[in-house]
Amino acid sequence: MKIHEYQAKAILAKYGVPVPRGEVAFTADEAYAAAEKLGAPCVVKAQIHAGGRGKGGGVKVAMDLAKAKEAIDRILGMTLVTHQTGPTGQLVKRLLVEEGLPIEKEYYVGITLDRALGKNIMMASTEGGMEIEEVAAHSPEKILREVIEPGLGLGAWQARKLAFALGIPPAAIGAAVKCLQALAKAYDDMDASLAEINPLILTKDGRVMALDAKITIDDNAMFRHKDFVELRDVDEEDPLEVEASKFALNYIKLDGTVACMVNGAGLAMGTMDIIKYSGGSPANFLDVGGGATEDQIKNAFRILLSDAGVKAIFINVFGGILRCDVLANGVVNAARALGVGIPIVVRMEGTNVELGQQILRDSGLNFTIADGMKDGAEKVVALVK
Amino acid sequence: MSVLVNKNTRLMVQGFTGDQGTFHAKQSLDYGTTVVGGVTPGKGGTQHLGLPVFNTVEQTVKETGANATVIFVPPPFAADAIMEAVDAGIALAVCITEGIPIADMIKVRQYMQGKATRLIGPNCPGVITPNECRIGIMPGHIHLKGNVGIVSRSGTLTYEAVGQLTKLGIGQSTCIGIGGDPVNGTNFVDCLTLFNNDPDTHAIIMIGEIGGDAEEQGAAYIKANVKKPVVGFIAGQTAPPGRRMGHAGAIVSGGSGKASDKMAVMAEAGISVCQSPAEMGSTLKGLL
Repeated sequence: MKIHEYQAKAILAKYGVPVPRGEVAFTADEAYAAAEKLGAPCVVKAQIHAGGRGKGGGVKVAMDLAKAKEAIDRILGMTLVTHQTGPTGQLVKRLLVEEGLPIEKEYYVGITLDRALGKNIMMASTEGGMEIEEVAAHSPEKILREVIEPGLGLGAWQARKLAFALGIPPAAIGAAVKCLQALAKAYDDMDASLAEINPLILTKDGRVMALDAKITIDDNAMFRHKDFVELRDVDEEDPLEVEASKFALNYIKLDGTVACMVNGAGLAMGTMDIIKYSGGSPANFLDVGGGATEDQIKNAFRILLSDAGVKAIFINVFGGILRCDVLANGVVNAARALGVGIPIVVRMEGTNVELGQQILRDSGLNFTIADGMKDGAEKVVALVK
Repeated sequence: MSVLVNKNTRLMVQGFTGDQGTFHAKQSLDYGTTVVGGVTPGKGGTQHLGLPVFNTVEQTVKETGANATVIFVPPPFAADAIMEAVDAGIALAVCITEGIPIADMIKVRQYMQGKATRLIGPNCPGVITPNECRIGIMPGHIHLKGNVGIVSRSGTLTYEAVGQLTKLGIGQSTCIGIGGDPVNGTNFVDCLTLFNNDPDTHAIIMIGEIGGDAEEQGAAYIKANVKKPVVGFIAGQTAPPGRRMGHAGAIVSGGSGKASDKMAVMAEAGISVCQSPAEMGSTLKGLL
């Protein structure tokens, strides 16, 4: 789960990471009031989950209050398009108004999982403000790394090594070390899968501060962080995906015309791939999981059908845990209840397949039964053309 | 021969009396696997499916001689269950559980350093050697005894590959699902090494997906060591970047972990890479 910059900063501040004074605003009036309180210069920042906000015009530095007001009016309510939002962009509904600070130097620090090592690593770079992937691609030697040993956390010596290697002046080393250790502690406590301060700045008067913050929380660990539920902003998510998440369905909306309902993430991806390979375009990723109940399948069906772009449905199931008879009952009941008018191609194999196919045949509904994945993909693509 | 599991495997079940544990222990028994009992803390001393239930893994191993365990414990307690199995010195632990926090698996990996146990998974379908031993959640009846080793990050795509092979009359030596999580116990290189050293595995199918670089490492191993024919497939060629495609580990982030890059590296290593998941079986047949 992604959270907003202002939320990430509030959490990091509790751990002792210095952040600029600032306030979140949901309305223009709240934002004006925040700007007046903070005084000029101030910074108006769009709060959306996607990166690249500055380049898209979602971040403005205002040297006086009139300019701040102008920036607030322009950014709040705008549809911000960045390289991460896609062409449709994201509506800005929240602003962060912060004090402007005199920047001496910008750095990058971040923590994420090193999959090969099976441990978290802290990365740091002098290329503050640049995306770390870009630095990794063009000048990988500029990325410093420290492995965070499980159970030990980031040692002061590791934070010191990084801080000195970044060239932080001796007078600010203590503050920087405290800041990096606080970031590591917050990451660990929160069950984060990514935490970035980009840029971490050194101000002209020698202070170390997080000018931006980005935290992603490991969805698998949400069960032990009930309080994080309120950090979720469903406005940042696709409405159909929000709906799907209520039923523990793994659904991701895409732009195509062939809806897919599949068991297993790998097969669900493979199904999208084979639809494309057969000349069609997938409308979604949907993994109904290994233990899908009839009710879950019904809801999955309803969600697929509420996508206006969908012209046909391809159900591709290789039963492992999921039994074909359970699936077939769910499909038949849902198709009846929802009065499905578009073609449904069903490919089923695995546990209780004969029973599953029998249920479909006996339903009296118009299912196309496919023999294998290739046959199913070709049949469904032919139906949408 | 085969790898990891065979007719001498003595399987125990953690989370034995739960729904999943019960259903799949029964499936394994029906398949002919030697299941010796299981653990449900608090239910020790009772019987389940005609087999003894114990309170701890240690007791189960001591009383039954179990040398493999399959874990059906819910995510909040699964890492603990894996470590208990490792502590008991069991040779093979297969964890089916999906949804274990990354931080928990990091601790498990750390704990396993220098220990004797091999962990398969988590978030995986398990391991099967046809006609000998079924550990996990795969439909046993689709398998056919033979000489193709399969290693995969995806459960259902493994069944897909098995189904295609069996229809073509091509059997499997052992099929291993290594799971879809970013931190797991066994990777492609581990399994490819096992298959490469197994005289009864004559060819290999390797099924990867977007995210991470385990496939690239597997490809490098194949290029340097493997003379047996290898077929590869990567799921997620049409996946949008930055989105987690069901599996916690299946995400293209910052331009790395893309299907196209993996496929290129694998092809360069001499692997016959399929564009379509429906062609895994036929591509392998063409190489025999």
